[in-house]
Amino acid sequence: MKTLYKVPGAVTDCPTTYCPGCPHGVAHRIIGELLDEMQLTRKTVIVWPVGCSVFGYYFIDTDAVEAAHGRACAMATGIKRTHPESFVITYQGDGDLASIGIAETIHAAARGERICVIYVNNGNYGMTGGQMAPTTLLGQVTTTSPYGREAHANGFPLKVPEMLAVIDGPVYIARASLDSPKHIIQAKKFIKKAFKVQVNDLGFSLVELISSCPTNWKMTPEESLERIRKQVLPVFPIGELKVDEGVA
Amino acid sequence: MSEKVLMKGAEAIAESAIRAGCMAFFGYPITPQNETPEYFSRRMPQVGRVFLQAESEVAAINMVYGAACTGTRVITTSSSPGISLMQEGFSYIANSNVPCVVVNVMRGGPGLGDIAPAQADYNQATKGGGHGDYHSIVIAPHTVQEAADLMFKAFGLADKYRIMVVMLMDGLMGQMMEPVEFREWVDVKNNKIPVWATAGQGKRARRNIITSLEILAEGLEKMDIALQEKYTEIKSSEVCCEEYMMDDAEYAITAFGTVARISKTVVDLARERGIKAGLIRPVTVWPFPEMVFKKRAEQVRFFFDVEMNEGQMLLDVRLSVNGKKPVYYYGRLGGIVPSAEEMLDELEKLVGGKK
Repeated sequence: MKTLYKVPGAVTDCPTTYCPGCPHGVAHRIIGELLDEMQLTRKTVIVWPVGCSVFGYYFIDTDAVEAAHGRACAMATGIKRTHPESFVITYQGDGDLASIGIAETIHAAARGERICVIYVNNGNYGMTGGQMAPTTLLGQVTTTSPYGREAHANGFPLKVPEMLAVIDGPVYIARASLDSPKHIIQAKKFIKKAFKVQVNDLGFSLVELISSCPTNWKMTPEESLERIRKQVLPVFPIGELKVDEGVA
Repeated sequence: MSEKVLMKGAEAIAESAIRAGCMAFFGYPITPQNETPEYFSRRMPQVGRVFLQAESEVAAINMVYGAACTGTRVITTSSSPGISLMQEGFSYIANSNVPCVVVNVMRGGPGLGDIAPAQADYNQATKGGGHGDYHSIVIAPHTVQEAADLMFKAFGLADKYRIMVVMLMDGLMGQMMEPVEFREWVDVKNNKIPVWATAGQGKRARRNIITSLEILAEGLEKMDIALQEKYTEIKSSEVCCEEYMMDDAEYAITAFGTVARISKTVVDLARERGIKAGLIRPVTVWPFPEMVFKKRAEQVRFFFDVEMNEGQMLLDVRLSVNGKKPVYYYGRLGGIVPSAEEMLDELEKLVGGKK
């Protein structure tokens, strides 16, 4: 009998700590499949963040470290610079990367660190109960923007890939979405390119994954995916923003 | 041992760290310690090792944390305001049980303060500094030669206990030029990744995870107790203290670092005037040499603690002496280095009053 579908070898059998309908599991699966396919599992160190994926090391079966909030790119730099033979990924949410860790992210990108950043954006601080994030949409109600995010008081959603695409350090910058099978297949393609950038020692790569948060958005999983398509993707359009020569 | 070379303290510690097998430096510029990263930036590429100027002290210590998780001998150097920024990283490093060395060339504070030599980060260094129940080993050299020697010891202790070792210095020691004799190079050609480290699983049977997180209180308490057991072991094995002219001393001056160096002159001057003074100089300020003070409390008339702060080590001295004898304090703040003459004046006043 031919196996059509199985848990990737790089994904553990530990039940996840994610809410029902949360796309983190999809992102983990993509990473697990690629580590298998590219035979990278035993070379890999994943730097996990503070946020909903703080326990990510239980779910993906590689060497792992747990960074302080926002510091994943700095920690990854320390690992990669001292062990260039290792394959180093950071996995970060939007509060972690785009708010408290934006300096570490921009400078790792500007230095062209040979690391891959997987940036999961669900538009709020999920773990702490749904507070406003730099990526929260205008008008979006969160526990700390109870009247809806208002530009005059809270500024505008931060588009990290667009920012990083204009600096010279990064080699590959893309944004994908986890809202549908079609987009998930595209997300895997983008992440595979990002991984190859590091395998080929080309430089820094980042893939943003637009995600949902049914629990804090107070929606069903289906409704939250629909919200991504109708409200989030018009603000955070998917696609490749920087593809340097040599990226395959 | 190699032959003696004349070197600034700030450069001697860098050279010594490299010879001690330090494979990577991550840091951020701050006065008064810039000669140290500048020296590393010249030397590390020459010996095929890593030098990286980080975007901030916050990033620098987390780069150190990452490198430390791979079991690599790694260092950062900074000065007081920069060290404050690193406290978060120190706390994570402590509860992750990873080794590294941090040099704090202390300057006047609080806040931006000034760039003059000070010792006002004693409490921050010896009591933890970041959040949580933890300690780092803290060593305080008083000469350039000792700093160079202790750098080897710092890396050794860091690896032995998988702990952060802090070298407490000040701008005076950094700028001072003295003859230094360096130890033999540590051979790094056959460096191996330790079994506990996270540099990729490779051929290891099991993967490694390094985290300071344990969400269940019962589990975290076990981790905390394990840390405390490590500290107990360090306290029983690694205390280091120099006693100068203490055999027949009636009065014990106590000081660390730069002030201890001046105190040796004070002891000599006092003895010329017929005052039998001696010096107790903690080399490890954590673990603190409590037993030395306890023992000397049976012998001396009083202790005279001198620091370039408002009396931070004073509390440890008092706890160790435990009320057996008076403990007096003299100090200068804001980056002023006390002179031997003013210290001697203070000592004479105290002795005069006690005769």
